[in-house]
Amino acid sequence: MSDRYTITESALVSLLAALAASGRRVLGPKVVADRIDIAPITSLADLAKDSQSVVSAKNVVFPKVERLLKYRFEGKNVALEDTEPQAQPTVLFGIRPCEARAFHALDVVFNWDYKDKFFNARLANTTVVAISCTKADDSCFCTSLGSRPDDTQGSDILLSPLKAGGFLAQVLTDKGKALLALAKDAFQPLTGNADVVPPATVAPAFDAKALQQKLATKFDSPLWTEQSLRCLGCGACAFVCPTCVCFDIQDEADTRQGQRLRAWDSCGMRMFTLHASGHNPRDKQSQRWRQRIYHKFAYYPDRFQTLGCVGCGKCSRACPVDMNLKQHLAEAAE
Amino acid sequence: MEANIYKPYLMRIAAITEEAPSVRTFRLEFVDPKEGEAFTFTTGQFGLYSAFGEGESTFCIASSPTRKGYIECTFRETGRVTSSLADKDVGDVVGFRGPYGNVFPLDKWKGKSLIFVAGGIALPPLRSVIWNCLDLRDWFKDITVVYGARSVADLVYKKELEDWSKRTDMKLVVTVDPGGEKPGWTGKVGFVPHIVEQIAPPAANTVAIVCGPPIMIKLTLPVLAKLGFGKSEIYTTLENRMKCGLGKCGRCNTGRSYVCKDGPVYTLAELEKLPAEY
Repeated sequence: MSDRYTITESALVSLLAALAASGRRVLGPKVVADRIDIAPITSLADLAKDSQSVVSAKNVVFPKVERLLKYRFEGKNVALEDTEPQAQPTVLFGIRPCEARAFHALDVVFNWDYKDKFFNARLANTTVVAISCTKADDSCFCTSLGSRPDDTQGSDILLSPLKAGGFLAQVLTDKGKALLALAKDAFQPLTGNADVVPPATVAPAFDAKALQQKLATKFDSPLWTEQSLRCLGCGACAFVCPTCVCFDIQDEADTRQGQRLRAWDSCGMRMFTLHASGHNPRDKQSQRWRQRIYHKFAYYPDRFQTLGCVGCGKCSRACPVDMNLKQHLAEAAE
Repeated sequence: MEANIYKPYLMRIAAITEEAPSVRTFRLEFVDPKEGEAFTFTTGQFGLYSAFGEGESTFCIASSPTRKGYIECTFRETGRVTSSLADKDVGDVVGFRGPYGNVFPLDKWKGKSLIFVAGGIALPPLRSVIWNCLDLRDWFKDITVVYGARSVADLVYKKELEDWSKRTDMKLVVTVDPGGEKPGWTGKVGFVPHIVEQIAPPAANTVAIVCGPPIMIKLTLPVLAKLGFGKSEIYTTLENRMKCGLGKCGRCNTGRSYVCKDGPVYTLAELEKLPAEY
């Protein structure tokens, strides 16, 4: 059982100040240039309420572009310079519970065999203070995946709005306790029950277990072609996704020095699997769409005992041709 | 400090062999001899080779683990990285990460006959295991190698093919596609699957190891099946595109399998359980 506290809005402001004073970067959903981004939060007014950010908070633990190593050319020789991850202590403040759960899906891939020190250093330095959703939209489907809008998994502290104002604060982990210690006065131990604003209603659209069973028999179904006929292969779904982990590695150099970079990539792109010979194992967009679904909903559970999706719906909101993952999965689960 | 799993070994090019038009073999030695002494690999494994400034490409280790102190890779100049590698000279430094992936199970093959079937630029992955088996010659019964290329010029490892053809403890059959022969050619003329059918290797107590372009594999497998080879006695090695080699970047994923982790070596029985995305 977590430690339960209440925290007033003014106490939250002092918590934010204490976090900044401790040298932590505080990031959360904030309206920047007319869209909700993950950006620095200095006051409660910064926080975009009741809506999700367009892109996920994944960038904090797995940056869009990240240096893996540097090198210098010295005549015929090459001098390698190892890179240490720039893992600034960070608090993700006010992200949604679905996004908090997404870090686990990244963790299993970055650590299932070889350990990725870049991801690990960042994750270790990241504390998640999520806020329960009291509103949801048509793209949300966390409940279809066995979660709910006030799920505590993946959060270090979960805030839930109280009817009377302020928040219920469930302190869930040691990282959460460390934040609490920074601003003890802000947290009032809860006695009795908390009268929270009811979490958003997200009607389940399908059953995740049934989906998995159906996928086992639907690999050759025409469904994947039907669903992806309008897919542009733009990769927007992958770039806003909190769990998409596929990446590219590229060099950037001049005649004296260079660096090796890792950058987000997407299985929806044709180049992703293109062989040097010209042969492409997933030559059609429908095959790439199917890979996206199977990787997240069949191969992940099989290999990593978790789903590669949290039902946040960001992909559906970002899709320029209105492909809706919730609907497509519901069709697949039929 | 945690190790950087993306950091390559620095390797110096000790020798370059021109194998065929645009195809070269590098012999690579560790710049830091201590790293070289600690390095081991098993036949079947691969690595990522870097041309610093351009990036990394995935090739098998084409030399045998029984030959210590160096590794070899053979590549065709195709894209950005391989073109840059092709420009390098003896003494230049390149990068190598590995060894990655699973291995050819030589222990399981002990006491059996082996037939290797390779086409074109796919001989390099088999060259490692062929040499490994020749270096452990008394482990196996008959060893047969069938190798085909489009033309005589396209045959790789010409010097080694000549050496192998003189050996009495193995049988080598080299073939070129019709029209690919030249005056004085003493080898076979015909496509690899036909040649395999012609020489009809007995399937009893024999393992077949097949590697080549998809069309060659596709047409060779039914021939082997007709000869009586079981699906667990036919091996191949996949070459899906990779960036990390570590089971993370997602490119080589096909079905539940990560080719970089669960492969690159698969039996036909294993392959048939995967979607044909390779």
